Amino acid sequence: MLQSMGAHFVKVIRELTGIILSRGPKLCNFVEWRGLKVVYKRYAGLYFSMCIDQDDNELETLDIIHHYVEMLDRYFLNVCELDLIYNFHKAYYILDELLLAGELQESSRRTIARLVAAQDSLVETAREQASLLGDLVKQAM
Amino acid sequence: MNPFSSGTRLRDMIRAIRACKTAAEERGVVRKECAAIRAAINENDNDYRHRNLAKLMFIHMLGYPTHFGQMECLKLIASSEFPEKRIGYLGLMLLLDERQEVLMLVTNSLKQDLNHSNQYIVGLALCALGNICSAEMARDLAPEVERLLQFRDPNTRKKAALCAIRIIRKVPDLAENFINPAAALLKEKHHGVLITGVQLCTDLCKASADALEYFREKCTEGLVKTLKDVANSPYAPEYDIAGITDPFLHIRLLKLLRVLGQGDADASDLMNDILAQVATKTESNKNAGNAILYECVETIMSIEDNGGLRVLAINILGRFLSNRDNNIRYVALNMLMKAITVDAQAVQRHRATILECVKDSDASIRKRALELVYLLINESNVKPLTKELIDYLEVSDQEFKGDLTAKICSLIAKFSPEKIWYIDQMLKVLSEAGNFVKDEVWHALIVVISNASDLHGYTVRALYRALQTSVEQESLVRVAVWCIGEYGDMLVKNVGMLDIEDPITVTESDAVDIIELAIKRHTSDLTTKAMSLIALLKLSSRFPSCSERIQDIIIQNRGNLVLELQQRSIEFNSIIQKHQNIRSALVERMPVLDEATFIGRRAGSMPATVSTSSGASLNLPNGVAKPSAAPLVDLLDLSLDDAPAPSSSGGDFLQDLLGVDLSPASNQSGTNQASKTGTDVLLDLLSIETPPVQSSSSPPDVLSSIQHNKSPVASLEELALPSSLSGQATTPVAAAPMMDLLDGFVSNPPKPENNGSVYPSVVAFESGALRITFDFSKPPGNPQTTSIQATFTNLSPSVYSDFIFQAAVPKFLQLHLDPASSNTLPATGNGSITQNLRVTNSQHGKKSLVMRIRIAYKINDKDVLEEGQISNFPRGL
Repeated sequence: MLQSMGAHFVKVIRELTGIILSRGPKLCNFVEWRGLKVVYKRYAGLYFSMCIDQDDNELETLDIIHHYVEMLDRYFLNVCELDLIYNFHKAYYILDELLLAGELQESSRRTIARLVAAQDSLVETAREQASLLGDLVKQAM
Repeated sequence: MNPFSSGTRLRDMIRAIRACKTAAEERGVVRKECAAIRAAINENDNDYRHRNLAKLMFIHMLGYPTHFGQMECLKLIASSEFPEKRIGYLGLMLLLDERQEVLMLVTNSLKQDLNHSNQYIVGLALCALGNICSAEMARDLAPEVERLLQFRDPNTRKKAALCAIRIIRKVPDLAENFINPAAALLKEKHHGVLITGVQLCTDLCKASADALEYFREKCTEGLVKTLKDVANSPYAPEYDIAGITDPFLHIRLLKLLRVLGQGDADASDLMNDILAQVATKTESNKNAGNAILYECVETIMSIEDNGGLRVLAINILGRFLSNRDNNIRYVALNMLMKAITVDAQAVQRHRATILECVKDSDASIRKRALELVYLLINESNVKPLTKELIDYLEVSDQEFKGDLTAKICSLIAKFSPEKIWYIDQMLKVLSEAGNFVKDEVWHALIVVISNASDLHGYTVRALYRALQTSVEQESLVRVAVWCIGEYGDMLVKNVGMLDIEDPITVTESDAVDIIELAIKRHTSDLTTKAMSLIALLKLSSRFPSCSERIQDIIIQNRGNLVLELQQRSIEFNSIIQKHQNIRSALVERMPVLDEATFIGRRAGSMPATVSTSSGASLNLPNGVAKPSAAPLVDLLDLSLDDAPAPSSSGGDFLQDLLGVDLSPASNQSGTNQASKTGTDVLLDLLSIETPPVQSSSSPPDVLSSIQHNKSPVASLEELALPSSLSGQATTPVAAAPMMDLLDGFVSNPPKPENNGSVYPSVVAFESGALRITFDFSKPPGNPQTTSIQATFTNLSPSVYSDFIFQAAVPKFLQLHLDPASSNTLPATGNGSITQNLRVTNSQHGKKSLVMRIRIAYKINDKDVLEEGQISNFPRGL
């Protein structure tokens, strides 16, 4: 479903941005591009776009985008653009629980939230242990 | 983390970058950060590797190169700590793609992590593998993934399922291994596993026919039950979207059922009930419901027929089509395209709505609708639909016009019920959007016009009228100019008026006016101007009274900087001034262009430039005496490989010469097929004295190319009136273009080379009244050239006056005729005429000389004509 863009990723982004931003508000959320379809949805100042194959369901894709945005909202507690900029890696972690190999991975937001939280706490624990060790080392010196 | 350590924190870097006001400033900040990161990499810094990679990823997202950080991903992945692995794998997926060789180095780490005791680490590995693995890695790690399909943790199972999808896409052969484990997933209750399992099965079916068989037999019933269960399930807050429980699962199940039911009646039977239930019970006020209905309709359309279901589906389609929501209408148009193959009638009923969609304000919808309209056109509705589309063409906006024009032209060409309709519609399109019309299209129009001989008058008048209003449409101007040139006399004399036409008075002067306008307009391009010049030449012949004025116009381009126009101007002027006697023959009405050939060639992707109008001459490189014979050959419908058909000797020769299948009757005037006019072509070309009112049988490009290039005209004259031109030195090359028209000699086996040896004289031709002897000699140093001295002897008791000898040779020979010694041939061999010829054989050693000749003379003021073929040239010439 999702395409890997490789080196010309910047060029692709620029092209799509131009196409999508030039579309008026009342028009449909689908654009045909290079033989593929791009589904986009606007949330406040941000456009979320997904590029799909010819035989994918466009209406469902809109729901998938919404699924993701709701997840972000749940995680960041009223997500805003800055949250995504400063915590882009976390946005990716959430995305990685939603999609894999371009296909939908999980339909339950609760499950996704649980999984991400579990991994976050693993990171917390590891950091705490590392800083504890650091303190111990300093004390020993 | 020590806040005083080297390097900035991630958020500080981001803040710094966002604070930059110019691109240069940003580049500066990024450069500094990259330098720091590079230094840290070189020092093998462990503490901040994590943070540095995060920074690198951000920099990468901005578009800067970050390949130097790729190895850091590997180091982080190899770490034993979860935080490092997590960011390491993310970095891997962002910074690398499957084409990088560095990726191969990760395979080992991946393998270890796939066997890790921590399920989250297994998850990270599956995620990375599933997103970017290469075919090699897929092969290496497939067994691990297979095993993980049965892992205790459902979240791992679902990731393994999707990872398997990528593996199968990369290495379809591995599909077999996953069939059984995938089938097992279908029985699970966990939604995530179900969704991914169903998706995996769908992909397996596409990758392997065995898989399809297997799932169809063993799993269809189970899947139908699962869909029933989820459709009937009570409210489940975890999965609820817009009142529907897990629409994603609905959709994936519908997709898999589609794949299983397609082409199989039994499987299709099993799913009828649930499909009907979903189609009727699903709420369609929210997007989720509509998405399910969309998928359901697609499935119904794809599986084996069940009348009731199809009706349901078409109804849903109809509702979608009239929905105000653009998304729904877009999707409906998509559905309709599928539905056409299944039930064209039903789709035709929605024709009006679809036409409305072509005019929609949304570009995406317009595009879909136009494609759909194209599929809907058939013989019965082509007229009204085309009218609608052309009406819309007038108001559509520029980006859409190109597509729309192309589609309309394609429609007109495909479904045109009668020629007059075709011409009318094409003229409308040209007037409205001529600048968007492709070359092949207006070329085709000219072919059709030329074939519609009873409509010539109508067409040229219609074009004249159209030009009054739409002169900015370049293609329209070109077609009009061509037609006015060809049929100008019909225009002026109102020939062939149809009942539907309004009367119109066009004087000769008006016609010339409009062509002059075409030449002088600053927006006219080279093709148009060139076509206008030749149209003027034609008119100078058809309207002798305007000849002087036309000459004045033509001469104005004498100094044109474009060589093509300059050349035409000078040559045409020369024709008008000095060669009135051949002018009318040169610009006679063109023969009908063979549609079948043209269409066949078009299908074979002919270059647009080989046109049937005078525009073709434009391709001939300026100043080169030898035009490409191929277009000419094609136009005359000549096939070099045609086997000689049995016919009269005259026909035989010409057929060999031109490779044309001739019937004896073609020697007379009257046939309009380009292929049959081969003989007439040649004869007309050669017989300058023949009155021009013969059949419309002069091949277009033959004449165009002659007019285009002064030399062929010169050589033509030479052939005709060798005695009247003294000292007209034309190079042997000049004769080539003329000869290029003649083609297709049956090739002889290669002959051994003969250098400078003496060749016996031959009696080239002998009839009761005349003998021609050829003596040969070879100028030294040039084996390809042969000098021939022809001696003409009169065998009859009467004197021959106005004796003219003409000769034609095939393409690979060049012929040069010197003036004859005299025009009068005394009787009974009391004297002779000699004439020198020079022949150059480009296929010397491979093909023999061969020549077709014609002798014209008068006995007591009565014309006599003799013709023959000389094929008894000595070998080796």
